[in-house]
Amino acid sequence: MNIVVCVSQTPDTTTKISIADSGKSIDTAGVKFILNPYDEFAVEEGLRLREAHGGEVTLLCVGNDSAKENIRLGLAMGADKAILLKDEEKSDSWSVASQLAGALGELNPDIILLGRQSIDYDSAQMGPTLAELLDRPCISFVTDLKIEGETVRAERDIEGGKETVESRLPCIITAQKGLNEPRYPKLPDIMKAKKKPIEERDSSSNGVRVETLELMKPEQKGEGKIMDASEENVKELVRLLREEAKVL
Amino acid sequence: MKILAFAEQQQGALKKAAYETVGAARAVAEKLGAELVTLLVGDNVASLADELGQYGASDVVTVEDGRLSEYAPAAVARAIAEVANAEGADVIYTSHTAHGKDLAPRVAVKLESALIPDVTKIDAENGSVTYTRPVFAGKGRAVVKSATPKHVASLRPNVFTARTLESPASVSTRSAAVAFEESDFATRVVDTSLSSGKKDVADADIIVSGGRGLKEAENFHLVESLASALGAAVGASRAVVDAGWRPHSEQVGQTGKTVSPSLYIACGISGAVQHLAGMSSSKYIVAVNKDREAPIFGVADYGIVGDVFEVLPLLTREIEGASN
Repeated sequence: MNIVVCVSQTPDTTTKISIADSGKSIDTAGVKFILNPYDEFAVEEGLRLREAHGGEVTLLCVGNDSAKENIRLGLAMGADKAILLKDEEKSDSWSVASQLAGALGELNPDIILLGRQSIDYDSAQMGPTLAELLDRPCISFVTDLKIEGETVRAERDIEGGKETVESRLPCIITAQKGLNEPRYPKLPDIMKAKKKPIEERDSSSNGVRVETLELMKPEQKGEGKIMDASEENVKELVRLLREEAKVL
Repeated sequence: MKILAFAEQQQGALKKAAYETVGAARAVAEKLGAELVTLLVGDNVASLADELGQYGASDVVTVEDGRLSEYAPAAVARAIAEVANAEGADVIYTSHTAHGKDLAPRVAVKLESALIPDVTKIDAENGSVTYTRPVFAGKGRAVVKSATPKHVASLRPNVFTARTLESPASVSTRSAAVAFEESDFATRVVDTSLSSGKKDVADADIIVSGGRGLKEAENFHLVESLASALGAAVGASRAVVDAGWRPHSEQVGQTGKTVSPSLYIACGISGAVQHLAGMSSSKYIVAVNKDREAPIFGVADYGIVGDVFEVLPLLTREIEGASN
């Protein structure tokens, strides 16, 4: 099975972010970048599919040199090789999708795996966008995946329950927590990963579709009314919720 | 200018998010002096059109096909894009629900247009529209606009209030024919199981969430009792889901669900940034935690510093008393 996992690197969730002077992006100085957490589920699923069906797992990433460190993490988990589409701009989701689609068209994988969204811009659009660009089925936010022959059966959460979706290979799957437990690479895996190939290809954005006017910090809430625990204060809380907030 | 609002239905019933999408689209249309057309896609959905009139839809287009009794992403996306083209719509709104966020990117590709996902605020004036959306786990807000002539935006559920009009619009319904291809149904839902009687955090108006402060899975009955008194959904922090106390479907936060209820009550949850990412757009936040320094108090409108084992039973009793 020819398996491709699209990965990206994102600022660590717990990193404090500050706004760059342009007012349109974050200041990346001092920001720790990690492999997008949802991509770990996608890499893990790729490895499990290889274990079950044989084949090869290729990581595909759009980014600059700094992405290599996190691509190595995916290789240390067990992926066979990686392709880095070098784009210094990485302008918007559309430009990333169109670059991925170009490479994927050529790689022609049986299955394309992605994290459900990257935790920087949280767009959750890459899987369905690639589905349209490549004219392939896509099942997004998958929590359970079974492949028998050409038939793909997946479960996904919806509001108030879950749905089971059927499709066929070749297809695109975006991974949600619950799909699997990603493995932690051990030291020998990390050493081995250093020797695995990362092929670099020049790539460039072919235009953006969304313009960022401003990036800002969320407006700070005023100081809340914080009270000590007592029967009186619990009564007061309920009164405030009814009369001030009017939510009860 | 023309706006198309996609009114999402599931198994023949409109979703709450559909009212919100239509209401938000109506408001933008009024500000811009634009026309509004509302789209229903499914099997036997024309009867839902009147309900949409209460939220401001007067011109409703339906696409009906027996094969659409269950969700088929490629087919629904084709229906939205074809109707948008036929109607000459410049702006297309969907909700950012499980289906909406699956559909909006597809429609955007078909229309060669920008996609603006997970919108929490729309500003429309002087003929242009800008959108605000949370980014970087809620630590930032991006104000963006489309760089293409048309655009698609998906709206975060529970953020845009669905208000019923005092005098509902009179609804005229037209049906549109879409030339589906067999391959549009190659990926389709074969089973939908909705947990009956149990409220889901994803569309609840009030959520009571519990965290590690409850100490043991068995103590979650305190959270459940309060939720039941409030008619609320039960939520959970990542820590207690990972510990196996609660199912993943209840998890609020970065690797769980993003929620925006009117009232979010966090019980024994410290408020790690991953948790805040999933609930900080709630309208009112109440924190109950014994640690005054816990980050959850930083986003709380109201808080009680104290032991959940003492506070929750008092709160439940007070709410029950108040509703009697």
